[in-house]
Amino acid sequence: MKPCVRMLIAGLLVPLSTTTAAAELIPTPSFSDHAIPTAEVPHADPSSWQALDVGLLTIALVLATYLALVRRSRRGMLVLTVACLVWFGFVRHGCVCSIGSLQNVALACAQSAYAVPWSVLAFFALPLIFTLFFGRTFCASVCPLGAMQELLAVRPHPVPRWLDQSLGLVPFFYLGAAMVFAATGTAFIICRYDPFVAFFRLGGNANILVFSACVAIVAVFVGRPYCRYLCPYGAVLGLLSRVARWHLRIVPGECITCRLCEEACPYGAIHPPTVPQTPQQRARGKKALLGTLAAAPLIVAVLAWLGTWWAVPLSRFHPTVRLAQQVQQEEAGETIQTTYASDAFRNTGQGLARLYDEAIAQQQRFVRIGGWLGAWMGLVLAVKLIHLAVRRRRTDYHPEQAGCVSCGRCFTSCPVELVRLGLIRDVSEMVKEPAA
Amino acid sequence: MALIASADRRRFLRDAIRVTSAVTLGTGVGFLAGQRGRPQDLRWQLDPDKCVGCGNCATKCVLDESAVKAVQCFDMCGYCDICTGYLATDYQQVDTAAENQLCPTGALVRRLIEEQAGQRFYEYTIDTPLCIGCGVCVKGCALMNGSLYLQVMHDRCVNCNECAIAVSCPSRAFDRLPGETPYRLKRQALALLQQKAAGPGQDAARAFLEQVYQP
Repeated sequence: MKPCVRMLIAGLLVPLSTTTAAAELIPTPSFSDHAIPTAEVPHADPSSWQALDVGLLTIALVLATYLALVRRSRRGMLVLTVACLVWFGFVRHGCVCSIGSLQNVALACAQSAYAVPWSVLAFFALPLIFTLFFGRTFCASVCPLGAMQELLAVRPHPVPRWLDQSLGLVPFFYLGAAMVFAATGTAFIICRYDPFVAFFRLGGNANILVFSACVAIVAVFVGRPYCRYLCPYGAVLGLLSRVARWHLRIVPGECITCRLCEEACPYGAIHPPTVPQTPQQRARGKKALLGTLAAAPLIVAVLAWLGTWWAVPLSRFHPTVRLAQQVQQEEAGETIQTTYASDAFRNTGQGLARLYDEAIAQQQRFVRIGGWLGAWMGLVLAVKLIHLAVRRRRTDYHPEQAGCVSCGRCFTSCPVELVRLGLIRDVSEMVKEPAA
Repeated sequence: MALIASADRRRFLRDAIRVTSAVTLGTGVGFLAGQRGRPQDLRWQLDPDKCVGCGNCATKCVLDESAVKAVQCFDMCGYCDICTGYLATDYQQVDTAAENQLCPTGALVRRLIEEQAGQRFYEYTIDTPLCIGCGVCVKGCALMNGSLYLQVMHDRCVNCNECAIAVSCPSRAFDRLPGETPYRLKRQALALLQQKAAGPGQDAARAFLEQVYQP
C-alpha cells in the first residue's frame, strides 16, 4: 500500500482538523531561485454600488410619488415599475431590499456587535418616510416584489371580505416572527422565503422554486398576494399610510359617487360609502365594541401565555439548540448517523457541558421571546377586532389608505378623471344621473 | 357642526400621529446610523480554522458558480511530491493525469520547482476561474499541512443579506467581516504571513495582509 493512501485512511479515521492538532508542519523548503509566492485575493468591490442603489431608490420614490399623485399617470407608473423590476430585481438580484432590511434593523437593535450598513438603513427608512406623507407609492412601482406582482395581476378576482380580513393578519404575525428570529440571530426568514428572488437570480433550490411558482400563479388570479397577505414591511407601510398627508385619490376633484370605480381595485382597497345606521344597529355596534375592548387584554394575556409554550419548537430553529439536540441524541445512542454539524462540533474539542448550557440558555431566552411573540399576536388580533367593531363613516369613494398601494388602476374608471384628461366632455356622458 | 368637529379632530389626530412617527423614525435611524465603533460595511467570510470541507460552499451559494474558492497559503505548504490535496485517494501514478487528481475540475495546478537531494518539490497553485469551491482539496490537504483553505471571493460575492452558505454551514464558520479587511487566514498562516511581511522586499505579503482581518 502506498504510504499516502495509508495516511489518508488513517486521516479519515481520526477527525480531520488542523485546529485540534495545531500540528507540526512539514517545513516549507527554501529554493535556490524561487521565492515562495503570496496568494492574491481580489479586492471587495467598493461601496459605490450601494450609493448608486440608494440614489436610484430615492429617485424612484420621488418619481413614483410624482406620477401617482401629481401626474396621475398609470402608464408612467408602469414604465417605472418595469424599470425598478429590472434594476432592483434582475440587475441587483433583489438584495438588499426594504422588506429584508427590517431584519438588519432588528438585529442591530438587539446585538451590539452588528451595525446596519448605511445603505441598508436608507432602504429601510426612505420608503417609510415617503409612505408617512404620500401613501404606499413605494409598493406601487419601486419595490421589485410589488412590481413583479403588479405586472402578474392580469386576471385578479376579488377576495371575500372575511378572508381578506383574516389573511390580512398574517403579515403582522410574520413581522413579529421575523423580528424575533432576526434579533436572536437565528435566521433571516424574510430573505429565506423571498417569493421572487429565485426569478431574479434565475436559480434556487427546489423548495424556493415551488414556493415562487405558487406565489406567481396565485398572483395572476389574486391581486398582489404577497403584498397583502405576507409582506411584513407592507404591514408597517399600511399602518403608516393610514396617516398619510397627501394620499392618492381616485377622483381628481369632487367625487360624484357614481360607483364606477367600485370594481376597479384588484386589491380590495375601494369600499362603497356607508349607509346610515338604525338606532338598533348603533346600539348593537356599541355593545360589540365594548365587548371587544373588554376582551382585548384577555386575548393578549392568553396568547402571551400560549406563546411561552412555543419556546421549545421555536428554539429548534436556533442552530445551537439544534446542534445540542443532535449531539444529545448521539450521546444517548438514539442515532448513529452523525451530521456534519455534530462532526464539526466534535472537531473543535469543545466540552459537551458548555454546548448544553448554551442551548438551555437559548431555550430559556425563547420562553421569554415566545411570550412576547404571543403577546404581539394577541395585540394584533385585539386591535383587529376593535377595528372591525368600530364603524366608520364614508361619504364618498376614497381608497382605504392602509390597503391602497397607489397603483393608479382606478384612475381611468373615474369619469371626473376622464374629463380632466379630455377623453370625455362631461361626466354625464358616462353617468346618467350623478347622485347628489 | 358635529361632523366638522369630528373631521377636524380626526385630522388633528392623524397629523399628530404622523409627526410623532416621523420624529420616532428619524431618532431611531439617527441612533442606528450614529453607532460609531461598529463596522458599517460588512462582508461575509468563512473562518478556515472552523471549516470542515463539507462541500456546501460549492452548492449552496446563490450564484451558479460559487463565490467561495480555494486559496493556497504557500508559506504553509510543504511542496510535497505526494500531495494529499492534489492526488486522488485511489491514484494509480503520481502524475497530472485527470484520474489521479482529487480536484473535480483540475483547478489545482502542479508544477515542479526543484529537486533537492533526490526529493522533488512541487508548487500547487489554484487556477481560480476553474475552482468551484467544493473544498475537496482543502479536506485532503488538512491531512498534512492544511495550507489550502476556502475563502469567499469578494469580486464574486453579492453580499446577500442572509448568506445561503452561512445558513447551511455545519460548523458555523461564516460571519461578517469589515469591508476593508474581508479575508481570513488560519491562525498558523496568519502568524507565518506576519513574520514574512516583516522582512524586506515583501510588498506582496504586506499587500495581502492589508486585506486580511487581524483580530
